[in-house]
Amino acid sequence: MLELRNVSFEANDEMGTTEILRDINLTIGDRKFVVITGPNGGGKSTMAKLIAGIKKPTSGSILYDGEDITELGITERAEKGIGFAFQQPVRFKGIQVIDLLRIASGEELSVAKACEYLSEVGLCARDYINREVNASLSGGELKRIEIATVMARKPRMSVFDEPEAGIDLWSFQNLISVFEKMRAEIRDSSIVIISHQERILSIADEIVVLDRGGTIAKQGDAKTIIPDIIGTEAAVDSCERLKY
Amino acid sequence: MLKMDDIQKRLLEEVADLHDVPVGAYNLRANGKSVGRNSTDEIVITPKEDVSGIDIRIKDGTKNQSVHIPVVLSESGLRETVYNDFYIGEDCDVLIVAGCGIDNCGVQDSEHDGVHRFFVGKNSRMKYVEKHYGSGDGRGKRILNPVTEVYMEEGSSVEMEMVQIKGVDSTKRTTKAVLGENAHMAVRERLMTHGEQTAGSVYEVVLDGDGSSADVVSRGVARERSYQKLDLKIVGNAACSGHTECDSIIMDEGRILAVPSLEANNVEAALIHEAAIGKIAGDQLIKLMTLGLTEAEAEEQIINGFLK
Repeated sequence: MLELRNVSFEANDEMGTTEILRDINLTIGDRKFVVITGPNGGGKSTMAKLIAGIKKPTSGSILYDGEDITELGITERAEKGIGFAFQQPVRFKGIQVIDLLRIASGEELSVAKACEYLSEVGLCARDYINREVNASLSGGELKRIEIATVMARKPRMSVFDEPEAGIDLWSFQNLISVFEKMRAEIRDSSIVIISHQERILSIADEIVVLDRGGTIAKQGDAKTIIPDIIGTEAAVDSCERLKY
Repeated sequence: MLKMDDIQKRLLEEVADLHDVPVGAYNLRANGKSVGRNSTDEIVITPKEDVSGIDIRIKDGTKNQSVHIPVVLSESGLRETVYNDFYIGEDCDVLIVAGCGIDNCGVQDSEHDGVHRFFVGKNSRMKYVEKHYGSGDGRGKRILNPVTEVYMEEGSSVEMEMVQIKGVDSTKRTTKAVLGENAHMAVRERLMTHGEQTAGSVYEVVLDGDGSSADVVSRGVARERSYQKLDLKIVGNAACSGHTECDSIIMDEGRILAVPSLEANNVEAALIHEAAIGKIAGDQLIKLMTLGLTEAEAEEQIINGFLK
């Protein structure tokens, strides 16, 4: 179980201090599929990064299974079972897909097992296993590989930061089924997805809607929340999202 | 079995992945002397009479054969220049593995300067692998100044893998190539320097024949206070295509000067150069840390991948 207690985050730049998240209180229970949505600039990605330890809150605390992890770094949180998928997957010169999957699994992963993870995200393993994770891969391919690395890590809590961002519509339609499968097979893990996508929202156990001020505007199950937010920036269908 | 001590055997393993005498033709040189040599029916190795070095003659049509000519130095203060000439016949397909390992535990500098010339015959393919490595904790420097010249006839193709990853205090690498009609060359150079090391690498690839092409890529990592200068030049004298790329990572107080250059002397020459220098991207470190690596482990993985 993950708890955010009175978490605030301020960003400092030349323009001064901007408040991104204000006094957030949120609990994500075990075996839950939670979608965090809201308008652009509402602090969704910041919240994902706070959970993974990539950013530290300005105030407040983060508890994981009752332990205060606020001061723990990225590596320590990864070791505790928190996984994170980037909105913009990172490219590496020379590092192959199998290398990343091996690092993620923390063991000498066999090629056969690595291929299973790639097949899970709809990639023909034979074609990709030895590819470099570099600019020769498309946005959709990188996104799938990113998700495969999180799967290979087998985290108890996975955080996906806008999996729909930066990929074409066709790729995203296929990617949704990956999340639907994850939802169906959720066991002892929890999944947090930052998303505006109606189809992702519709399979959530719980939806958290942030507002522009960086606070939680609404929170509840999908049936209750979706009618309120449909047609807004927080929940769009596949064609609408092309406008954003 | 080889008549070599443990240090020499370790160096041999580092530079040529050899535990014992290789299969096929070879010449093993240790502390200034040949300690093993073998010719085959197709590949004949003979010592030079005027200077230190060997001639390697490969008969026309020799396919799927290899030549190993590693050099190891474990005696402090030894300085040598060795001239090796490779005459590769027509329609061959061969692998040539060179490389030099220096272990210097003494106070005097040790230096090996290998001058290699390759004459690649019509329609022949050659893969050349050269690894340089240094070890030892003496104050004496480990110095390697290789000179490589490649002359390629019509339709020939050459792939070169040049690697220097560790322990060489000072290196000046000079590589020249002249390509005939429809000849193709691909170079992959990997350099890593650390401590106070300096490395200079100069390439001049001359595309003389119509339809010739070259792809010269150098990747370097300069750590601590080391310095690298990369000077990659392609000259197009015909209807040809050439690409040169210097791609470097700097760390700590490392410095790199990259000077890719092109000279087109024919309107049909199509030449491109690229150069990039930068530190390891923060996102790359973060990604690997979210997979459970520490920052230092992430850094090593990124460098290992980059230099692979």
